[in-house]
Amino acid sequence: MLLDFMKGLKHFHKGGVHPHENKLSAEAPIKELPLPKSVVIPITQHIGAPAKVVVERGDTVKVGQIIAVHEGFVSSNIHASVSGKVGKIDKVMDSTGFKKMSISIRTKDDIWEDSIDRTPDLVKDIPYTPEEIVKKIMEAGVVGMGGAAFPSHVKLSIPEGKHVDYLIVNGVECEPYLTADHRVMLEKPHEIMVGTQILMKALGVDKAIIGIEANKWDAIEGLKKIAPEYPGIEVQGLRVMYPQGGEKQLIEALLGREVPSGGLPADAGCIVHNVGTIYSMYMAVQKNRPLIERVVTVTGKSVKEPSNLLVRIGTPISDLIEAAGGLPEDTGKIISGGPMMGKALNELDIPIAKATSGLLLIPEERSKRQEVYNCVKCGKCVEVCPMGLQPVELSLLSKNKNLETAQAHGILDCIECGSCSFICPSNRPILDYIRYGKSNIRKAKAS
Amino acid sequence: MSTDLLTVSPSPHVHVELTVPQVMRSVIFAMLPALGFSIYTFGIDALFVTLVAVISAMLFENIISVYLLKQKASIYDGSAVITGMLLAFNVPSNLPWHIILIGSAVAVGIGKMSFGGLGNNPFNPALVGRVFLLISFPVQMTNWPVPIMDAAVDGMTGATALGHLKEGIMQGIPVSALMTEMPSYRELFFGFQGGSVGEMSAFALIIGLIYMLTKRVITWHIPITMILTVFIFSGIFWLIDPELYANPFFHVLTGGVMLGAIFMATDYVTSPFTHKGMIIFAIGIGLITVLIRLFGNYPEGVSFAILIMNAFVPLINKYTRPVKFGAKPIKS
Repeated sequence: MLLDFMKGLKHFHKGGVHPHENKLSAEAPIKELPLPKSVVIPITQHIGAPAKVVVERGDTVKVGQIIAVHEGFVSSNIHASVSGKVGKIDKVMDSTGFKKMSISIRTKDDIWEDSIDRTPDLVKDIPYTPEEIVKKIMEAGVVGMGGAAFPSHVKLSIPEGKHVDYLIVNGVECEPYLTADHRVMLEKPHEIMVGTQILMKALGVDKAIIGIEANKWDAIEGLKKIAPEYPGIEVQGLRVMYPQGGEKQLIEALLGREVPSGGLPADAGCIVHNVGTIYSMYMAVQKNRPLIERVVTVTGKSVKEPSNLLVRIGTPISDLIEAAGGLPEDTGKIISGGPMMGKALNELDIPIAKATSGLLLIPEERSKRQEVYNCVKCGKCVEVCPMGLQPVELSLLSKNKNLETAQAHGILDCIECGSCSFICPSNRPILDYIRYGKSNIRKAKAS
Repeated sequence: MSTDLLTVSPSPHVHVELTVPQVMRSVIFAMLPALGFSIYTFGIDALFVTLVAVISAMLFENIISVYLLKQKASIYDGSAVITGMLLAFNVPSNLPWHIILIGSAVAVGIGKMSFGGLGNNPFNPALVGRVFLLISFPVQMTNWPVPIMDAAVDGMTGATALGHLKEGIMQGIPVSALMTEMPSYRELFFGFQGGSVGEMSAFALIIGLIYMLTKRVITWHIPITMILTVFIFSGIFWLIDPELYANPFFHVLTGGVMLGAIFMATDYVTSPFTHKGMIIFAIGIGLITVLIRLFGNYPEGVSFAILIMNAFVPLINKYTRPVKFGAKPIKS
């Protein structure tokens, strides 16, 4: 702790846990996955309205061609990630566990839209106006790639009456195992910097902070070294603590500002974007390249070659697992995302979506929940809750459907980070009950 | 491989892997130095008392949970072992076995299982048993054997240092004169004094405390606050009149302060949730302990103090809710 202080590391101040980091793939350079035989692209990979399909079965599409158009402002364009023939347009199970309308494309060759700049050269000049930048990002279908998948252009228009003075770039990657953002920061530092500048211009702010946890020291040093070339951008190391990558926690760690209950980062004068998203925005604005691929970590204790793969959106997860050395014999659970907040998958042909940051393969013996004991009132869940709630109480209120009291005690502030269930010595499903309570409250509100 | 057998469950998918049985095991390990020391000072009797208490506590818990409540056997979580050990730690080492059985039955049956078993009891079960015995068998419960090395003849008994002090003060003897008959602070710290099985050796109990702190089973808040409160509060009286009130070091090292602060007040189930609550709880115990010792009829008050504060835990929890994130005003 003293050492962290001497290194100038910051951290959030309420609760927090320390799961084993297990960043097995931290040393594995980003590797491009060979083109998949076919892709399945859901038309809802974002929060908001589903995009409208604009292709038909049998159409020939190029890489980067729009195949579904955003409907309304809070929505996102969907592009073909491979070239070839459009196949079935049907409901397919995606990583959320629900069946969603999806467009399948059988890959043929690799023909790209002419407007896309495919050279690896760095483009530093930003000749666009803020409006043009927002339009380009919207056209490119960029969404939050840290997990939330909120359409990025929406976050670029600051609500009336709010004053934003900081852009915060989230390079925390506090989920154990995941290393996709880490590798992007290591291998594309200039792109991240230019991307940050693009956003600063779009938002009209002159200060940006990139927050990175200290377990990615090489990324911190790499970005710090080039930071002087990019005025206004500061790189800040953070002590390793979960859930530091939570938007509210990160703002508090970096600026000491607490986003009010029910508020948005803009209420604390900030806009937060994930580094992966920043990279995609750089590609969208400087290279005219829509969001058709992303870096995905494939990892796990039994995985032969934990890897960071650059894959086209819509690639089935089985292709990625194959590239990382095949499905281990002992696999008992496959998680999309990290172990703290990721979703367990039940099939191998689920497609990679824009917000899929990793695939974690957990061995059979670790995939089941352990025996549940009575609550011993130890208060550990209260101690670790980063939102200052009493999870033990909220879970009981939810269980007993005492929703009004639960709401009065802040159940809707819960960010579902899972720290309470993680720490509970009685293995109680605290977060499950809280989710149940939250969904019941939402249902009651809707009706 | 077929994916028919993939597990699907909501997040989080990892666990800290410190579960209730492991916590209980750590607490049991932490109590072993004190038990070992007790066997060294009081001989095999101390072990016998502990074994009787532990085995009977497990037996009663099993009988009640399996045959009476028709639940799954709950003895494997280890809490019954701790209840038994703590009960034994709080009684004299020459206590007859049938009295221990009664204490065990009350501790487990009334103190714990009648409320619904582990996690549901408002009072520390071992203390419920101990106080029941103290009120029901006052003679046997306050007749402590003298440490083996001090005893002229086998089976010699006497009062505890605190009991001796109380009696002396009642008779009007000044504290300085009484202190000449007491063991030295060094002897008190290491535990060469009369007393209950597990309470004499501050040294052995502190080893247990350090072990539990490093294992992150408990935090410092309750034990340190409670010991400091006893020290400061008794120190104030000592400063007022050193001939009427004993030195604060004496108060901290004698009786059950160390045992209470480290093993009894820190019981998860019967202590508050938040650190702030724990500090209030521990200050309360410290104050009540000193008040009973100085102004009450009993020479010792830790057990009562903890039980009284146990009753306040729900209230403390209500008024020490954590501050929600987002309550802090934003200054830019």
